[in-house]
Amino acid sequence: MAMTMTGEVHLPADRQTVWDKLNDPEVLKACIPGCQTLDRTGENGFSAVVKLKVGPVSATFKGNVELQDLDPPNGYKIAGQGEGGVAGFAKGGAKVSLSDAEGGGTILRYDVEANVGGKIAQLGARLIDGVAKKNADAFFANFGKIMQQ
Amino acid sequence: MSMSGIGAPVRRKEDFRFITGKGHYTDDINRPGQAHAVFLRSPHAHATINRIDASAALKMPGVLAVFTGDDLAADKVGGLICGWMIHSKDGSPMKAGAHPALAQGKVRYVGDHVAVVIADTYAQAREAAEKIVVDYTVLPAVTDMNAAVKPGAPVVHDVASDNTVYNWHLGDKAATDAAFAKAKHVTKLDIVNNRLVPNAMEPRAAVGDYDFGADSFTLYTTSQNPHVARLVLSAFIGIAPEHKLRVIAPDVGGGFGSKIFIYAEETVCVWASKKVGRPVKWTADRTEAFLADAHGRDHITHAELALDDKGKILGLRVNTKANLGAYLSTFSSSVPTYLYAPLLSGQYDIPAIYAEVDGIYTTTAPVDAYRGAGRPEATFVVERLMEVAAREIGVDPAQFRKKNFVTKFPHQTPVIMCYDAGDYNASLEKALEMADYKNVGKRKRESAKKGLLRGVGISAYIEACGIAPSAAVGSLGAGVGLWESAEVRVNPIGTVEILTGSHSHGQGHETTFAQLVSSRLGVPIDNVSIVHGDTDKVQMGMGTYGSRSGAVGMSAIVKALDKIEAKAKKVAAYVLEASDADIEFKDGKFSVKGTDKSVDFPSVALQAYIAHKFNGQDLEPGLKESAFWDPTNFTFPAGVHICELEIDPQTGVTRIDRWTAVDDFGEIINPMIVEGQVHGGIAQGIGQALCEGAVYNKDGQLLTASYMDYTMPRADDVPSYNVGMTQTRCPSNPLGIKGCGEAGAIAAPPAVVNALTDALGHENVPMPATPHAVWRAAQSTIAKQAAE
Repeated sequence: MAMTMTGEVHLPADRQTVWDKLNDPEVLKACIPGCQTLDRTGENGFSAVVKLKVGPVSATFKGNVELQDLDPPNGYKIAGQGEGGVAGFAKGGAKVSLSDAEGGGTILRYDVEANVGGKIAQLGARLIDGVAKKNADAFFANFGKIMQQ
Repeated sequence: MSMSGIGAPVRRKEDFRFITGKGHYTDDINRPGQAHAVFLRSPHAHATINRIDASAALKMPGVLAVFTGDDLAADKVGGLICGWMIHSKDGSPMKAGAHPALAQGKVRYVGDHVAVVIADTYAQAREAAEKIVVDYTVLPAVTDMNAAVKPGAPVVHDVASDNTVYNWHLGDKAATDAAFAKAKHVTKLDIVNNRLVPNAMEPRAAVGDYDFGADSFTLYTTSQNPHVARLVLSAFIGIAPEHKLRVIAPDVGGGFGSKIFIYAEETVCVWASKKVGRPVKWTADRTEAFLADAHGRDHITHAELALDDKGKILGLRVNTKANLGAYLSTFSSSVPTYLYAPLLSGQYDIPAIYAEVDGIYTTTAPVDAYRGAGRPEATFVVERLMEVAAREIGVDPAQFRKKNFVTKFPHQTPVIMCYDAGDYNASLEKALEMADYKNVGKRKRESAKKGLLRGVGISAYIEACGIAPSAAVGSLGAGVGLWESAEVRVNPIGTVEILTGSHSHGQGHETTFAQLVSSRLGVPIDNVSIVHGDTDKVQMGMGTYGSRSGAVGMSAIVKALDKIEAKAKKVAAYVLEASDADIEFKDGKFSVKGTDKSVDFPSVALQAYIAHKFNGQDLEPGLKESAFWDPTNFTFPAGVHICELEIDPQTGVTRIDRWTAVDDFGEIINPMIVEGQVHGGIAQGIGQALCEGAVYNKDGQLLTASYMDYTMPRADDVPSYNVGMTQTRCPSNPLGIKGCGEAGAIAAPPAVVNALTDALGHENVPMPATPHAVWRAAQSTIAKQAAE
């Protein structure tokens, strides 16, 4: 089933700083909720292990993430897919764009489209949007904190 | 009528154990040394399997084995079969793709069986299943039937490159075209019959147990027809020859058709019990039931009804696409064909009918028989058309039906069936009276004052039950005969055991069958026990579905009881020292005509076994007889249901205010059980009409895979039912029974939708008519009312 989510967040750092952090695997790992490993596999590719809980389904997703259409320091696209074993699978992407905010800082816009299948779709159908939103909020809250460090 | 014989509202004997938790279901069975199976199911609707890596799973604690389709193939275990051959218009046989119990190279729906893990405990098997790595290449899914038949659509099975299993037809096309050519009015309707998940209260389960000493298998399974399961597992799947395979279906908690079929899980459990050398048990969780029980209904239909200038029907034309899912389940091919189109004449005298049905493969769970099986779909088409046609020509829907009813019997329809008996006017008149139909207008005005929309809908259904004459269904492609067997064992003290090939999974056979025996032999029903569901006890049988256990199963018992009576009379003649021609049997007593000499049934039973009063060469000792009954015709239960409801256009909530059901089931053994069957059937039909709908998204993910997203009717969704009966005896079996198990589910959906559309003033409301759908449909009604 498909899930879409869009939003924007104001970050207290300039565009170049935000861009650098967005390309730092250690930062991403610290910010992605449930992320256990994030290892670079190529110039723009990563392998990741993420533990997720959607309603009654809890699973460890193993997958690959690739950064595409890199346009420093304005944005990129993240495309990825993961297998959660019996829990099912997830695949999708997010378009991330950065712009200067009025009065300082950076506006990050995201536009996510994802598909999930298997048990998460069967049991979590009506929870997925909520879980996705919660995870996105958590990511940017973490990311915002790192910006302030 | 005695207190416990035919016609008495006897409380169900079996209910005490059911309501006190003492039933004995498949999941209650635990064999020594038993291991547990968990199936790894496909998360994809359509994918090729490149590789299955079970190495990590095999290292998990407690794991005995992981099997895949390759292991079944190596053991030459055959695929699951579809037992009814349908031929397309051009005479070519249906295109049935292979259906392995575990996928071989490809998965075709979410929930398809990829591998099985067998471990010491269920939890260990589940944990290990997580460790199996499957490398899939995901292929595009196709869930929509119209999309599936378009060129370039993803192909589910290579044997059916256009995803079409068959293009079947029935009836006289030329005669029907001619009828339409001279029609004064033609009513046209596009209909979607929504897809349903069966949802028996007890999920499916299986325990396979191989005995190395005897080299024989026992399978405990949730089956409506254990003998058919044994036949298929033996003759087609090749688990073991029949004498080396015992199938036991103990207490079964509801089937509704979904437990007729022979599925992958029981096949794998019984086969694997020999492979791992231990009994293997599997019980479905509720999600598995949603994913992998055969679903029901799922038709798209265009139908047209031709009328003359006096409102008489001239012809009916029907074109249906039936979703058969990703594989052909055991009887799936017959449901939208021979169980559907022959019922399209309804209760009406229709001179010409032509029906075309395309069976379509999609990447969804298999679709097969579900309570009513084809007949609800046919009734929905006919009764929606009747209602809409009456509205279009401005005639009262009740009068329009009456004008077109079949009134002379036997009546040969243009679509195979020969109706043997009925009185459709009687049911309609009684229903109209009970429903206070003449004052509906007044009640509508009262509702309108409260801002509510009230509607009334009639459904005059017919069904074909008591399936079926073996030679007749054989000529239509059935792979089996549909007779039934019975054995009557009278014990020396006069208690009776009835062995039947019918199977009770909620119908109350232990009570009704005992009532029959009590009536015939004059013994109390507590002295009668019913033995069913075990292939080692009952030699052969065809099981329970299609409301056949009364009309066919009990007829076999009657035939065996006839033999018992004849034999017992001979014994009684010796005891009473009279000629057996002079022996009369009544109220449990044998007496000599014209004398006061008599002996009761238990005494005769005892004499039959001690065999002191007669010479064993002249008369065999013992009192045990068996019989097979092959029906002479289908039976034709029919009736009229009237639904009256109110819609709140502000919220879209539908409240059913009144439900009137008048059914003609022929002779009735236990009116309380019959009424219970009617109640349950209507609730299921209301479920289809207002609540239930299985939804796949375009990727083939089942979005309604739990009770959070799939709505079953609840107590407050259904009204108090006003149930009445009319009666014409069925001439096609000795008891005059027609069958009652499916009637409610057949009658209800069109009654609800006809009432909804009456309330709304237009025909555009889908099933399930959820509050959201009704709210949307009511907006145009409100707008129209405001404009007026």
